[in-house]
Amino acid sequence: MAKLTIEDLKKIKEQTAKSTSLRDGDANVKITVHMGTCGIAAGARAVMNALMEEMAAADRQDIRVVTSGCMGMCSSEPNVTVEIQNGEPIVYQHMDSNRMRQVFKRHALLGEVQTDFALAKM
Amino acid sequence: MRELSLHILDIAENGITAGADCIHILVEEDRTTDLLTLKITDNGQGMPAEKIKKLTDPFVTSRTTRRVGLGLSLLAAAADRCAGRLTVETEPGAGTEVGATFRYSHIDRAPVGDMAATITTLIMGNPQIDFVYTHIIDGEEFTLDTRELKAEMGNLSLTNPVVVHHLTASIRHSLGQLIAKNGP
Repeated sequence: MAKLTIEDLKKIKEQTAKSTSLRDGDANVKITVHMGTCGIAAGARAVMNALMEEMAAADRQDIRVVTSGCMGMCSSEPNVTVEIQNGEPIVYQHMDSNRMRQVFKRHALLGEVQTDFALAKM
Repeated sequence: MRELSLHILDIAENGITAGADCIHILVEEDRTTDLLTLKITDNGQGMPAEKIKKLTDPFVTSRTTRRVGLGLSLLAAAADRCAGRLTVETEPGAGTEVGATFRYSHIDRAPVGDMAATITTLIMGNPQIDFVYTHIIDGEEFTLDTRELKAEMGNLSLTNPVVVHHLTASIRHSLGQLIAKNGP
């Protein structure tokens, strides 16, 4: 029976320790990927995967990623909400991996709202 | 849905919405019996019996944001067109088990797709929930249990982006080996 072996895990642990600064703290930025049936069918998983890659590259411990269900705006899926502490949550629409990368780099990291992709303020 | 792994992601998210804290996911590909089986089991709140009959009716949903629910209907349709079927076993308070079968070689069967992406998406988006993922190809088995992973990783969070990154690669590698072992 194949399993993720202890060796694999040790390797992951070592690589992680090498490449991350383990700063603990509260989340200042919250990114929600909406994962209802509509979102998933429209490509939310690819968006999530792009986001995970960017997160791994950015190494920011204060950014939290969560998934949630459909918010009723199925025709504009995949939707992603970015909320910077003390700021208004911005809902982005029709996301794909490239848009996600741009929103992550510009909005989540630098605080510049990407109005071109935005659906609404909440 | 283009991949069965997307159905799995969708149904697992249902379980999470139902308040589950542990979700079992089984994918079994058996080419000798020409059968592909999916099973997603959660320990959430379950459903009353009268609801089961209406489960695959897209106009029945427990959500409040809109009036249609497509997740199970889509999976049922996918199984139906591949000479398989959808089964749901549930009891209020005892969780829900969703099963789907497909004829493996059916021309309309969508590929299993990127299971590693589905599993890590679930882990990343739902840190408080445990997942047990089992994938069997012609009797060869791969399992991943986030409870074991969490214990092993100690103070390193499974949602740490770098951990997730390596985890994805590791699952892909293991599944690749499983397939390679069995030939094309």
